[in-house]
Amino acid sequence: MKAPVLGIETAATPHPLRRVMRHRIFWPLATLGLLLLFNLATNPHFFAVTVRDGHLYGSLVDILNRASPLMIIAMGLTLVIATHGIDISVGAVVAISAAVAATLIGGELVLSGAHVPRFPLPVVVLAALAVATLFGMWNGLLVSFVGMQPIVATLILLVAGRGVAQLITSGQIITIYYSPYFFIGNGFVLGIPFSLFIAAAVLAVLVFLARRTALGLFIEAIGLNPVAARFTGVRASSITFWVYAVCGLCAGIAGLIVSSNVKSADGNNAGLLLELDAILAVVLGGTSLSGGRFTLLGSVVGALIIQTLTTTIYSVGVPPEVTLVVKALVVFVVSILQSDRIRNRIAALGQIGEAAP
Amino acid sequence: MNDAVPVLEMKGISKRFPGVQALAEVDFRLFAGEVHSVMGQNGAGKSTLIKVLTGVHPADSGRILLEGTEIKPSSPLDAQKLGISTVYQEVNLCPNLSVAENICLGRDGAETFGIRWGRMRRKAEALLADLNVRVDVTAPLSSYSIAVQQMCAIARSLSTRARILILDEPTSSLAEDEVRMLFSVVRRLKAQGMAILFITHFIDQTFEISDRITVLRNGLLVGEYPVSALSRMGLITRMVGREIQERGPVRTKDAGLRPPAADDGRGAGNGGPAATPFLSASGLGRRGSVHGVDLEVRGGESLGIGGLLGSGRTETARLLFGIDRAEEGTILIEGRPAQIASPVEAILRGIGFCPEDRKLQGVIGELSLRENIVLALQTKRGVFRNLSRKRQEEIASSYIAALGIKAGDMEMPIAQLSGGNQQKALLARWMATDPRMLILDEPTRGIDVAAKIEIMRQVMELCDKGMAVVFISAEIDEVVRYSNRVAVMRDRHKVGEIESREADEHAVFQIIAGGQT
Repeated sequence: MKAPVLGIETAATPHPLRRVMRHRIFWPLATLGLLLLFNLATNPHFFAVTVRDGHLYGSLVDILNRASPLMIIAMGLTLVIATHGIDISVGAVVAISAAVAATLIGGELVLSGAHVPRFPLPVVVLAALAVATLFGMWNGLLVSFVGMQPIVATLILLVAGRGVAQLITSGQIITIYYSPYFFIGNGFVLGIPFSLFIAAAVLAVLVFLARRTALGLFIEAIGLNPVAARFTGVRASSITFWVYAVCGLCAGIAGLIVSSNVKSADGNNAGLLLELDAILAVVLGGTSLSGGRFTLLGSVVGALIIQTLTTTIYSVGVPPEVTLVVKALVVFVVSILQSDRIRNRIAALGQIGEAAP
Repeated sequence: MNDAVPVLEMKGISKRFPGVQALAEVDFRLFAGEVHSVMGQNGAGKSTLIKVLTGVHPADSGRILLEGTEIKPSSPLDAQKLGISTVYQEVNLCPNLSVAENICLGRDGAETFGIRWGRMRRKAEALLADLNVRVDVTAPLSSYSIAVQQMCAIARSLSTRARILILDEPTSSLAEDEVRMLFSVVRRLKAQGMAILFITHFIDQTFEISDRITVLRNGLLVGEYPVSALSRMGLITRMVGREIQERGPVRTKDAGLRPPAADDGRGAGNGGPAATPFLSASGLGRRGSVHGVDLEVRGGESLGIGGLLGSGRTETARLLFGIDRAEEGTILIEGRPAQIASPVEAILRGIGFCPEDRKLQGVIGELSLRENIVLALQTKRGVFRNLSRKRQEEIASSYIAALGIKAGDMEMPIAQLSGGNQQKALLARWMATDPRMLILDEPTRGIDVAAKIEIMRQVMELCDKGMAVVFISAEIDEVVRYSNRVAVMRDRHKVGEIESREADEHAVFQIIAGGQT
């Protein structure tokens, strides 16, 4: 990779361990590893995975399954954040998508015989995703063509979205009785939770778009220097618009999983505060809020960190009143450890140690 | 002067960055009441020297003596407290605050509790009056020109009773009369006994204002010279380290490449290399921009756009490249009407544009050198026709070699390269798109002589091979030198056009002055 034609010689190739440590994904993975090890210490059976009814069961499977909506949202949000934007309406879009799906299925309890939905399942799913994407496009429109600041533009939907969801469900919490729908959030394929396949598919598609097309480069260029990006021919407005649309779509997918999981759609509480967890997942994963370089895989790991943390807090028996405080403390420590400045300090300490005879 | 004790002495300063020895054993002295210029190409170590002096970077070795006592400035604030003030190339004040606030905030006038606005205003007025600047200090800073903003930055540094004033490229965005104003301020401060360290790329200005010159090259001290002992050629030779032709390439003046004289910009060609102009614009204009601009550029021809600051040079380029949409007039590309509503449309039509503000509009600092080079080609191909990593590396390394871009490796963030190398990378970015026409807005601003010559040599070579060039510069003699024809702008209108063959700086100024339209 280092072409010999270049003028100045580069510094000596760093130690392999150093090189691994410099990799973007290293610190999020290390954090996740530490959290898992902590769990192992408190619960020797933590890593145990058993097969029951042909399905995998265990804490790890549980964490992965529960984290999948957050992973999907965090991936969509990663692209938005990479353009130096933010989308705080994802939680509201989760509620809207859930409301659309539940309403189209219909919430009447049928005591005898199979429940018949008002619309076929594919129509339900596509409609919910289409609505979510439309709301994402609304955000994109405000940000890239109207020129609103992203946090203000998406704040509008954060506030209005829950109202929209309740409008769709006529203010009711709709319970879903149609069992094929439960498969989305509770089903298993080859012993593995189906929601993980969805998350993996989203990851694969987004990674393909970002790294096998020029989209990733363009998004990073927009996030780092929008003026220069435009001057170099990057269609900044339309890319930004579509990135918000994709973020909406991701929130819509998460909304389907969440509503299928809890078998209901609650306009007020579905996906509540999920936007904050998603932002946190992106940041813990190593994408800077100031835009530019991003890592989708990092955000997935970030989501896993958050879910593992939640599970850990419950499993070690932290009283429910203080769980949020404990969570905040851990997040604080992790964020500090991931800051470049602190890391350089630590590295400097290490070097002093090495230099000593 | 040599008997006197220098105010500032830097001895044996060394500083190493990963992959680069930025400074090696450099000595520097500064006396009270003198203007001392530090000259060198990009990457010579000028900025590093300043950064060591102002506490941005600690030196690896060496000592700094301020009036005989050793100092170790740990931050720019620390340096300021020691009496070392810096005014940077980009004015870094707060444009939304008033002039008075910018000058006084964080200084005396601002008390711990509350601000005494009246006292602050009077103090700001007094400081500016010292510099012979009279403005409304309650107006926001952004309502004044860069020159006035720079004066405010100087006034701010004077409010700390500085003993040493560092002016880092203060003139690069100033018009000529503004430079004169700045220099009179500098002379006044010098007479008051201030020690002034002056950094510029403009050789004429160095000779005009300096008492002594220190030359750096590749992080090494070449020497310290009284200005009277150095000729222009002598200085350039020392900066570059070899004999060079001071003026660089000149646009070939042979008749073969010369288009027929076009006086109204609309005349059909009847000779020359390309009968139909690549681009012809008539009546081009936009509210708040230029009006009624007629231009014609052929393949193999270089059109210069000259004029004073604010005359509409850059605005014209922005219309041609689709950054601003033209509201009036038409553009024909190869004789066919063309709507250019965005940069990408211009790029698809084979136009490239090196903008004036390299940092803000050109490079994307945190992207790598490779990514910066391939970006325009990639946008031209579109999102889905992705250049493979291997192809990108091939393109980048071929241009790095062809243009002599000096970089550790192509994965380095481009912000870490020197200005000249960044500008070369921008040229590479457009060369990679194989453009039919290249618009260069101040391509030589803020870069060293060798890089400038190399860049212009490459551009002229492309032009000889049939590419059209639009060359914009504030330096009229440069415009004349690098173009076949010069379109002259004044007050946002095109006021004339002149063949470079018949033109010199004086003739262009005459048109600007209204002697000919």
